[in-house]
Amino acid sequence: MRAGGVGGLTRWALWPALLWTGLLFAAPLMVTLAISFTEHGGGAFTLDNYSGFVTRSDGAFLGALLNSIEVTVIVTVLSVPLAYPLAYVLAYQTPPRWQRVLLVMLILPFWTSYVIRSYSWLVVLSKNGVINQVLLAAGLLDAPIEFGNGRGATVLGFVHFFVMLLTLTIYANLVQIKESYRKAAADLGASSLQTFLYVTLPLSLPGVAVGAFTTFVLAIGDYITPQILGGGRELLLPQAIMLQIERRADFPMAAALSMILMLVVSAAYLLFARHLKMERV
Amino acid sequence: MKPRELVVILYLTLAIVFIFLPVAILVQYSFQDGLVPVPPFRGFSLRWYEKMLANRKLMEALGNSVVVGGVSSFAAVTLGFLAAYGLARGRPRHAGRLQFGLMAPLTVPYIIIGLGLLSTFGALGIDRSLLTVGIGHVVINLPLCFAIVYSQLGEHQANIERAAHDLGASDLQALLLVTAPMLWPTLLAAFFISFTLSWDEFVIAFLLSRFDVTLPVVMWNMLNSGLNPQLNAVGTLVFATSIGLVVLVAMLLMSRGGRRG
Repeated sequence: MRAGGVGGLTRWALWPALLWTGLLFAAPLMVTLAISFTEHGGGAFTLDNYSGFVTRSDGAFLGALLNSIEVTVIVTVLSVPLAYPLAYVLAYQTPPRWQRVLLVMLILPFWTSYVIRSYSWLVVLSKNGVINQVLLAAGLLDAPIEFGNGRGATVLGFVHFFVMLLTLTIYANLVQIKESYRKAAADLGASSLQTFLYVTLPLSLPGVAVGAFTTFVLAIGDYITPQILGGGRELLLPQAIMLQIERRADFPMAAALSMILMLVVSAAYLLFARHLKMERV
Repeated sequence: MKPRELVVILYLTLAIVFIFLPVAILVQYSFQDGLVPVPPFRGFSLRWYEKMLANRKLMEALGNSVVVGGVSSFAAVTLGFLAAYGLARGRPRHAGRLQFGLMAPLTVPYIIIGLGLLSTFGALGIDRSLLTVGIGHVVINLPLCFAIVYSQLGEHQANIERAAHDLGASDLQALLLVTAPMLWPTLLAAFFISFTLSWDEFVIAFLLSRFDVTLPVVMWNMLNSGLNPQLNAVGTLVFATSIGLVVLVAMLLMSRGGRRG
């Protein structure tokens, strides 16, 4: 007889990953939570970091949270309707051979470095940049305008990335919807608009929800895009966290801000949870 | 052509232009014959590529990124594969909760994971290094690798594994000689996705590194000391390398498919 038999290995195979996640993901989160309740420099228990979230720096932290939520909501709301038609066209109105080519083309630009991609947008949006040149040549502008360095540029940088991501998740969902459903709807007399509204759209909502939630989490936690494209006009929550770590070495405040960010993400999760099926991601 | 088709083609074209715009500009200005990578374009030159290749910090960071990406992705795929195997074949109690726990890091922003590890390592007296960066990257990539492999582990492989057991293979033999080879394309895909994410990850690498840094961190430092066409040259190089890799992997997978008929 084989020692152990079937099940020996299968039983311990889960453990390394569970241990890794427990020790290096869950435990550090707990450490962060604990630190958020300590005094900066001292280490004694305090709730100051959380009350300071509202009062400190003339409410700049609270402002950062509101800015972050605003920017993230704008990005998500803009990206979904831009990506959906793209995914739809790819899934249903493009010959299969071209679908792959177009999908690869869609992802290709994101294999350059993310830091450099953000700063490339800055060049594109600058006074001498392509956008100004096109608008000037078309007579839509009299004098060049600086489009970079501000919330608009941050939103554009985010939308650029998330249109790609959302197109992929929505496409993956659309191609799984059986063609027979749409054919059946058409046979029963539905117009193509009705078929879309009552069959395709509802069936594709899980893909939209997964994509929108991913967009929300990644955008609200991102530091690079607002830091490079925002031009320092406003503070977003990840920038506020980095400021506490880098400039002030105030880990308790950074930890408290992180926990507040976690809270927002959890709220978003609950909001999307009805449509999210973790096992299918 | 029908007006509707025209609209479709116009939309696709605009989308492609939008998506490629920053990269096209990035590549163009890597050949800038001037001191700054901003318009106007002054003509074609390869000098920034020479400068880049002679830049030791940059080249070291490039090497560091390859090592961190390679090692951390290998670890993430191995741990993810084992976990997926254990969950699919062991059928433990609370399987749903275990899966949820393993995938939880996907819903936490990188900056929080980075800060948590920074505080924890600090409390334990562990110095920041490429090792700590790699550990951070395994934390963020493990859930993804697990999810990818888990989604591909079906009954089909279980039957073949059972056949291997009946023929006298041990669990470990079945895992390494039967399951892993069957999943080879999936494992490779998981590795490359993980490598790409590690390669381009900034905030964890920034928080957890000190003297030896990875490419995004060195580029960030360069960017903060002013615009420099060397950055465009690196960006173009990275872009070209990834396209090369994608073509290689595609050819690899296609030749396998061809042999199978």
